[in-house]
Amino acid sequence: MKRQLALLGFMGRGGALSKVHELVRETPVSRVMTVSPFTLPPEATMKQLKDLLQKHRISGVPVVEDNELSGVVSLEDLIHALENRRLDAPVREFMTSEGLITAHVREPVMEALRRFENTGIGRMPVLDARNKLVGIVTRGDITIALLRALQDLYNEAEAMADRPQHFFGALESENTSLQLRYHVAKDDFAHGGDASAKIKRALLRIGASPQLARRVSIAAYEAEINLIIHTDEGGLILADIQPDEIIIVAQDSGPGIADVDLARQPGYSTATAEIREMGFGAGMGLTNIERCADRINLWSAIGVGARLQMMFDVSPREVGDD
Amino acid sequence: MKVSEVVEQLGWKVLAGESYMETQVNGGYAADLLSCVMAGAETGDLWITLQTHSNIVAVASLLGIAAIVIAEGANVPEATLGKAEQQEVAILSSGAPVYETVAGLVALGI
Repeated sequence: MKRQLALLGFMGRGGALSKVHELVRETPVSRVMTVSPFTLPPEATMKQLKDLLQKHRISGVPVVEDNELSGVVSLEDLIHALENRRLDAPVREFMTSEGLITAHVREPVMEALRRFENTGIGRMPVLDARNKLVGIVTRGDITIALLRALQDLYNEAEAMADRPQHFFGALESENTSLQLRYHVAKDDFAHGGDASAKIKRALLRIGASPQLARRVSIAAYEAEINLIIHTDEGGLILADIQPDEIIIVAQDSGPGIADVDLARQPGYSTATAEIREMGFGAGMGLTNIERCADRINLWSAIGVGARLQMMFDVSPREVGDD
Repeated sequence: MKVSEVVEQLGWKVLAGESYMETQVNGGYAADLLSCVMAGAETGDLWITLQTHSNIVAVASLLGIAAIVIAEGANVPEATLGKAEQQEVAILSSGAPVYETVAGLVALGI
C-alpha cells in the first residue's frame, strides 16, 4: 500500500488526472473504435438482427446500402419489433436514419464523449473523410481505452520507481551522482538520526527499494550517533548516491580512534556510563555498519580525526519489488 | 493485527501518535540498547523498551517500527512525544514490566 502511494507521488501531483485529460483531448476516435463492424443491409429482417446481436453480444449495428451508411438499428429497435410481433419486417422500418448522429474517425475522443452526453445514445457509426463507414464506437469502448491507457501509465511509473538508474537516466554526464551533506553537532542527541532519516527519505523518493533504504539508513544512523558521542566538535555526513552505488561518508576532526581494529570488535566501546544509560555505546555500531554495508573503509589518526566510508551496491535485486 | 487492536486488547495507554495506529503488527522486539534494536528489530515490530529519550523515535522511524511500547509506566519526556507526532510514530505505555508486556503480546499470538 505504502508503495502504491509512493508511486502516485512519483507520477506527480495530479499527474494521473492531467494524463487522462490529455488522453481524452488528444486520442482520436480511430484509436478506440471497433473497426469493420458487423453491418446489415436495409432489407435484412429484424429476426436476422436479433440473431446477429445474440451471436456477437453486441447492442446495435449500422445499416449499409451500396457502401453508404443509411441508419443504425439497435437492441431498443428490436424490442419495438418484438412488442409488435414484427420480427419478419425489414430493419429499414425500425432503424434510426434521420438525424443520425455519427463520429468522425479523426476527431478527439472528447468530442465523441460530449456527443454521447448530449444525446444519450449508446453508439455512433464512425465515418471517414469521404463519409464512408469505417467503424463503430460505444461509450464502453472509450472507457476501456482510457482504463488501458491509465494502466500503461501506472506500469510506466512503476518501472521508473523500480530503478534509481531511471532517475539518473535523464541527466547526461560522465559520472552523475546526487550528493547530500549534513552537519552533525557534538552531543546533539535530540537531533540524532535526523540526517539518516533524510537520507532514507531521499533514497525512497528516487526509487530505491525499502530494503536498500533501510540498510543504508541503519549504517548512516550508527555513523551519525558516533559523531554525536565520540567527536570533539561533531562532524559531517555525506551521501553520494550514484546509479549503481551509494557511498556514505562520516568524517570528523578529532580526537581520532586510538585502535581502529579494536574499535571494530563487537562490544568494544569507549562511551561513558551516562551515554550507555541512554542505550548508546553498546559497542555494536561498527558491527552493525559492517553488516549493512557491502564494504567499508575506516581511517583514523589521533589528533586529526576519523573518516568512515561505507559502500552499498545498488543491485537489480534491490531496486525490485518489496 | 493492527496496533490499535493490540492497544484495545491489552488495555495500554496511547502517549503519542494516536493517528498512526492502523499499522499492521508483524512481531515484537524488546531491548534497551539502540544498536541491538538497529540490528535485530524488523519492520512492523512493536519495540518494547525502557528508554524514553527522543532518539528512540529516530530509531523507530528508521526501522519502520509499528509502535514503541514503553514498559514499567516510565515517564516519557514531552520532547520525545513531540518528535513522535512529528515523525508519525506511535508511542504506547503498557504500564507493566517488560516480561509481562511481552507475555501479553505472545498471548495475542504476536
